[in-house]
Amino acid sequence: MAKEQLMSYEDAIDRFEVVIGLEVHVELNTVSKMFCGCANNFGSEPNTNVCPTCLGLPGSLPAVNRKAVESSIAIGLALDCQIAPTGRFARKNYFYPDLAKNFQTSQFDEPIAFEGEISIELETGETFMVPIERAHMEEDAGKLTHVGGATGRIQGAEYSLVDYNRAGVPLVEIVTKPIYGALDKAPELAATYVRAVRDIVKSMNVSDAKMERGNVRCDANVSLREKGAEKLGTRTETKNVNSLKSIENTVRYEIRRQAFILAGGGTITQETRHWHEDRGHTSAGRPKSDADDYRYFPEPDLVPVKPSTDWIDEIRLTLTERPALRRKRLQAAWGFTDLEFRDVLNSDLLDEIEATVSAGASPQSARKWWTGELARLANAQQIAVQDLAITPAQIASIQKLIDNGELTDRIARDVVAGVLAGEGEPAEVVESRGLKIVNDEGALIAAIDKALASQPDVMDKIREGKVQAAGAVIGAVMQEMRGQADAARVRELILERAK
Amino acid sequence: MSEITPDLVRHLASLSRILITDQEVEQLAGELGIIVDSVATVTKAVSGDVAATSHPIPMSNVYREDVILPSLTQLQALSGAPDSADGRFKVNAILDED
Amino acid sequence: MTEITSSSAAVLAGLISSKKASSVEITTAFLDRLEKLNPKTNSYLHFDRENSLAQAKKADQSLSEGTAASPLHGVPIAVKDNLTTTDSPTTAGSKILEGWIPQYDATVVRKLREAAMPILGKTNLDEFAMGSSTEFSAYGPSKNPWDLTRIPGGSGGGSSSAIAGHLAPLAIGSDTGGSIRFPSALTGSVGAKPTYGAVSRYGLIALASSLDQIGPVANSVLDAAMLQDVIGGHDPHDSTSLPDSLGSMVQSVSEADVKGLRVGVVKQLSSDGFQSGVKACFDDTIERLAAAGAEIVQVDCPSFEYAVAAYYLILPAEASSNLAKFDSVRFGLRVTPEGNPTIENVMAATREQGFGPEVKRRMILGTYALSSGHYDAYYGSAQKVRTLIQQDLAKAFIQADVLLTPTAPTTAFKIGEKVDDPLAMYLNDIATIPANLAGIPGISVPNGLASEDGLPSGVQILAPAMQDGQMYRAASIIEKIYTDQWGASLISKVPDLEAL
Repeated sequence: MAKEQLMSYEDAIDRFEVVIGLEVHVELNTVSKMFCGCANNFGSEPNTNVCPTCLGLPGSLPAVNRKAVESSIAIGLALDCQIAPTGRFARKNYFYPDLAKNFQTSQFDEPIAFEGEISIELETGETFMVPIERAHMEEDAGKLTHVGGATGRIQGAEYSLVDYNRAGVPLVEIVTKPIYGALDKAPELAATYVRAVRDIVKSMNVSDAKMERGNVRCDANVSLREKGAEKLGTRTETKNVNSLKSIENTVRYEIRRQAFILAGGGTITQETRHWHEDRGHTSAGRPKSDADDYRYFPEPDLVPVKPSTDWIDEIRLTLTERPALRRKRLQAAWGFTDLEFRDVLNSDLLDEIEATVSAGASPQSARKWWTGELARLANAQQIAVQDLAITPAQIASIQKLIDNGELTDRIARDVVAGVLAGEGEPAEVVESRGLKIVNDEGALIAAIDKALASQPDVMDKIREGKVQAAGAVIGAVMQEMRGQADAARVRELILERAK
Repeated sequence: MSEITPDLVRHLASLSRILITDQEVEQLAGELGIIVDSVATVTKAVSGDVAATSHPIPMSNVYREDVILPSLTQLQALSGAPDSADGRFKVNAILDED
Repeated sequence: MTEITSSSAAVLAGLISSKKASSVEITTAFLDRLEKLNPKTNSYLHFDRENSLAQAKKADQSLSEGTAASPLHGVPIAVKDNLTTTDSPTTAGSKILEGWIPQYDATVVRKLREAAMPILGKTNLDEFAMGSSTEFSAYGPSKNPWDLTRIPGGSGGGSSSAIAGHLAPLAIGSDTGGSIRFPSALTGSVGAKPTYGAVSRYGLIALASSLDQIGPVANSVLDAAMLQDVIGGHDPHDSTSLPDSLGSMVQSVSEADVKGLRVGVVKQLSSDGFQSGVKACFDDTIERLAAAGAEIVQVDCPSFEYAVAAYYLILPAEASSNLAKFDSVRFGLRVTPEGNPTIENVMAATREQGFGPEVKRRMILGTYALSSGHYDAYYGSAQKVRTLIQQDLAKAFIQADVLLTPTAPTTAFKIGEKVDDPLAMYLNDIATIPANLAGIPGISVPNGLASEDGLPSGVQILAPAMQDGQMYRAASIIEKIYTDQWGASLISKVPDLEAL
């Protein structure tokens, strides 16, 4: 095959705007297949995990695997998608020997999840928001082996052999919206996005996520347009790019190839292409023709999927939460301003504050503790806040004592100091240091009497209207009580006495 | 009637993987033209805001638990196959690359 | 014809349970008769005497050892050849499946076996159940025992001719637009299509998935009810099967009482376009019901005008997709053209030779109805017509408990009369199609012989979805009105096949 000519990457990026779109197929690791009870196993003897349904025998019918639906919803939630109140299966009709029924049971205009996004962090630390169009459920096709040709590919093959073990394995197809503005980072973004999806489904344990096994497959769409142009260029779709490196290389190659053609006044053929890792280039497959009229219609053998909000919430709880999702959720739940929240993130204190709130403290009080007093203490000791010898639970219990009126803010700091010094739990420190606020009115009155005794003219001044004179008495009382009194109450008592 | 042309019939036959003869093309174009004309009345029957019915008895959320059920043996699976080799179904070479 | 072969299934079941006859005896009687007479009616495509007798023997043995497996224990039955059976070929009346032996039994077949009912054989049908006469069967048409130059109706003409000719006491068929009910009307038998989902479709070679239902073909309403009780019920293999059982149909038959029954006569299906003798029988049925104490009301279902058109868009569309699996790869016919053909060539050549003209017509039409740019106008609109039909029926069932129509527009026509006129053939189902579109149950019960030709006519009873019991109740009332008058069932008047 004649080697295609390429523009240099820098020139291509300079002249053209790149738009990419990615379709990722995730193979779920359910025990059984999507529409039948055959085992979802890798490496079995050919045609031993098949039944009338996945073999497409006359008279067979599909039945939906609940776990596959659950995993699909989980993936949708992880990508910040909305889950469809009504999802429907549809038939995608086309003929191919690996398709047992010559239609694929998939989803068309009512996918289970739609309108999501995922934040992708590039090497430079720059983050990019990738918009997700939809995630839908479908079934995999069988496996074809081509015999007789030189390289085991289709051209020149004498005949083909079909193994339907893989036919009917559950897939989730995730489709991005067209991705604009990636500029020269487009290839890296494509690969990083797929890696992120792979990591998500792996961490959720809904897929084995081994790209080399085909558990995660990517089709990369690339088109170029002149800078400033409104209309999208013609795109090519490179199918089944099966490693992260290949994805990056594919996108890069297509940019260069298409740029060369367009710069020379040519046009891009809308077609399916294949990436050849060994040779470092894509090659044309079949041109997209009207033979691609899939004649979608709602699958009559299956009824709609209407997940209840309870079920969706249950699934949401099981998610290992995506960082961006979690951040959004927490900021909303706590009602922090953007400034306050950024403060929290910059200090890397999200976990601590969340834990403190879980332990019962209000979000604002948690924030003030961690970004205020504790940060100051840590700074003074020249250590990280997270390394302070105090836990979120302990902070929460200290805050509780303040809320109950058993400690003042000032005294609470002493409690913190005591915990940090290893004196025990907050309650123990309060006890051993005798830090509790004294609420016993008798004791307060006794202290007031004592203070008044040494400042006899205060009462007269108060009666004359000079209320601020009480201040000196309050001060004396607080000193006497070693700060363990509610100053406001003391003032009340003094003024009452003055009457 | 004119919307069902012989070319269209050939195209539809190709989509359906049926190798119809020229004689059949002519005959089908005529027959289908008449049929399509008579069934086209459905477009008059419905206005925009009628919902489509895909399932006559409304049901939803019918699921199967994720457990393994008995499969066919390889022998059973291949029992109807016109041709097989190495435990797999054997077919002529494929034209379209995909 | 012997006393056994002229008896209803209920009577035969009674003989077996009271040990007055054995399943082997009864099965033998029917095998003897069908082997002799099948060449005349072409009702059966496959039968295997040894196999049937082995099943009958097993039924006798298990009864003597314990209790009956079902109320129809030991009663033999014929099965339409679009239901998979592991011990017999299943061809769906097509060359593309000639000789194909399925690797699994349809759920209803499994239930028959569990009910200890020996299977007599597989009956003829229009290819893939597409047709109303069996003239589109790749294995030749079946003949109507009332007149062997006439069709027995379709697509289930094999079953209806077997029942009418007493080549089986019971049969199972499938009904997508009338394939059970229409042949029953033309042969003087009882044929029912249950509510969609009442009987599992697993193992039924699909025609139009949202319209197909399996149902009984029988000599009497009681027989049909007994059979529906055996084959009905939820099946996890069929996601569209109703979650709960509809209860016992036999129970409903026993509760039949005409007083206060509100009978709706559908305006759109009661006057024009019906053969005069058929119309006369229908009017007679209405009069008799009124005289017996039923309340007759006129109901208006304007959307029925579009029912046939909608059906002939929905069915071909779904069928074109359902029949895509017949591609020479995993089963069935493979035609390999000369030269170095690709798999695409082999598929196309196989389907060209394996499918008959009606199937090809509908596949192409269906592909068209679904194709891009045409979906909304055709398939999409047809699915909306279904909604309108359901709405009209809902309104009608407020005023009436059941609706009555003549089942068929004509009596049995001559073989060859309509086979070259697809549209004329499609109109056979004008009265039966609405029930499939709406999913409601329908049954045909004989209501006399048309005066102009002496051929059977049937009346169709429709009930609301899931009210199959109500349908059977009304059917048994009507049946009784006529058997009281005739002294016997209509089928007892069928000409002696052995003499023909």
